[in-house]
Amino acid sequence: MTEARRTSLSAVGVFLAVLLGLTMLLSLASGAFQISLRDLLGIIGDGPRHDASDLVAHNVFWQVRLPRVVLAVVVGASLAVAGVIMQGIFRNPLAEPATVGVSAGAAVGAVIAIIVGLNQLPLGVQVVAFLGGTLSTALVYLLSRSDGKTEVVTLILTGIAINAFAGAVIGLAVFVADDDEIRSVTFWSLGTLGLATWKSVAAVIPLAVIGMLVSAKFSRVLDTLALGDRAAAHLGVKVEPVRLQAIAVVGLLASSAVAATGMIAFVGLLVPHIMRIVLGPRHRHLLWTAALLGGSVTLLADLAARTLLSPAELPLGVVTALIGAPFFLLLLRSTRRNQGGWA
Amino acid sequence: MSASLVASQVSIVRNGATLLDHVDVKVSSGEFVAVLGPNGAGKSTLLGAVAGDFALSDGEVTIDDRPLDAYAPSDLARKRAVLPQQIVISFPFTVREVVAMGRSPWLDDQDDERIEAAMRRMGVESLRKRTYQTLSVGEQARVSMARVLAQDTPLLLLDEPTAVLDIGQQERFLSVARSLVDEGRGVIAVLHDLNVAMRFATRVVVLHEGRSIASGAPRDVLTPALLSNVYHQKIRVDSTSDGSTVIMPDHRA
Repeated sequence: MTEARRTSLSAVGVFLAVLLGLTMLLSLASGAFQISLRDLLGIIGDGPRHDASDLVAHNVFWQVRLPRVVLAVVVGASLAVAGVIMQGIFRNPLAEPATVGVSAGAAVGAVIAIIVGLNQLPLGVQVVAFLGGTLSTALVYLLSRSDGKTEVVTLILTGIAINAFAGAVIGLAVFVADDDEIRSVTFWSLGTLGLATWKSVAAVIPLAVIGMLVSAKFSRVLDTLALGDRAAAHLGVKVEPVRLQAIAVVGLLASSAVAATGMIAFVGLLVPHIMRIVLGPRHRHLLWTAALLGGSVTLLADLAARTLLSPAELPLGVVTALIGAPFFLLLLRSTRRNQGGWA
Repeated sequence: MSASLVASQVSIVRNGATLLDHVDVKVSSGEFVAVLGPNGAGKSTLLGAVAGDFALSDGEVTIDDRPLDAYAPSDLARKRAVLPQQIVISFPFTVREVVAMGRSPWLDDQDDERIEAAMRRMGVESLRKRTYQTLSVGEQARVSMARVLAQDTPLLLLDEPTAVLDIGQQERFLSVARSLVDEGRGVIAVLHDLNVAMRFATRVVVLHEGRSIASGAPRDVLTPALLSNVYHQKIRVDSTSDGSTVIMPDHRA
């Protein structure tokens, strides 16, 4: 008989931690300016303010590469955790911040904030991005659910509509604003870590940490929600309040990521799915392992984006979409098979 | 481990249609109450109303003399467990993980003893590593019941618990239900099988078009006249030589 195979949690945890550590070292060392491992350790030992002999390597490490690597890890972890929570509350493995339009909503919020000058305020962009992201999550939720179930077709179609609308708004904004801060349509729609600074890292980290800490309290509830709303309620879950809080957390995580890096698709889809295959669907383990893997995956994708055609740099979303889109198709296929057709 | 549930004059009106019309039902410790009636009579609606799933248009449901909405959801979940007709689980949880979810109101999903006992009681311990989604409907029903047992509540509300079980599983299920009653728990079950109700219920409530038309001991309530009227089918109730009662359609001329 087919028994569910589950890999030992501690083995997976150690593997993911080592993977993240190695990926970080590799990313810190590689790029247009190569830093050898020995120099790398030396630079780390010197600290950020040291008057190092090799100023170029020192500056590349502390001012360019380290913030970029940290941002990649935080954004990747945020998107993966946001994906886990969305899939849990929608009871659907296809839900993800990018595919259903949450990231696009956040991007619209960010662009509008920049146009009206809110980027002069601390966290101004993040707050409006959060509103945009949360609003589109709520919209998707209201439109695609009926009788306690998510209709797959409506979910995907709502995502298409929101993505198209957001793309148009962003295009329009970039067209009329002609402002460096707006950057480019490419930045918002394909995402990049190339503009990472300590300032952007500092804006993301508190929001990501808050989002992930709050998400930890949903783990048990997300498990019981898999039984459906009524059965979850019978087990003492306050279904609607919990779902609204979870939507806010998704909005927070996805929007803070999008405000810093633009839209990076498929991380929130791919990573939770891989972890669910390896560890099973229990959210207590899924949440933190997805965060670790999300960090590694985003780092690796960014490494590919900046080294494959070096010194030119690919948009990060190009790399994640190249890998993620075929994966998404496979997922659609197997979901359809499990559900016996579209419902 | 005792509690009593009283639903009095419960009405549910939805989109202008009266689904339940001032229905009374109660269950106390050590009782097995069967809710009977033809399809569409409002049996599942009554169970849902008693479980606290919907707002009532009229009437009140209390557990231990406190209205349902005076309970915090988690406190209510320690008083009553609900077995729905069918549960579709959206992610590949294993049988053991599903049964363990029954412990969540008690915040101790690591309570191995109760989880194992619940699986043994429903005979699903050999399925523990199987994914719920890959089970047959009958297996899923027993796993869902094991989850309800793991919740370890004084009151159990079961919606057609035996509908998808074969006759052997049905008998084993009903002996579990009887042992629950012997432990002092109270059970309300929506049943289709009149013979099962006759044998196992301490009390039956017969619904017809949203109204409770009879309630009491099964032998007093389940008469040929009442059943024939409710089901629009001539029905006979016979005593066999060994003293048991058999209810079946009456095709005698």
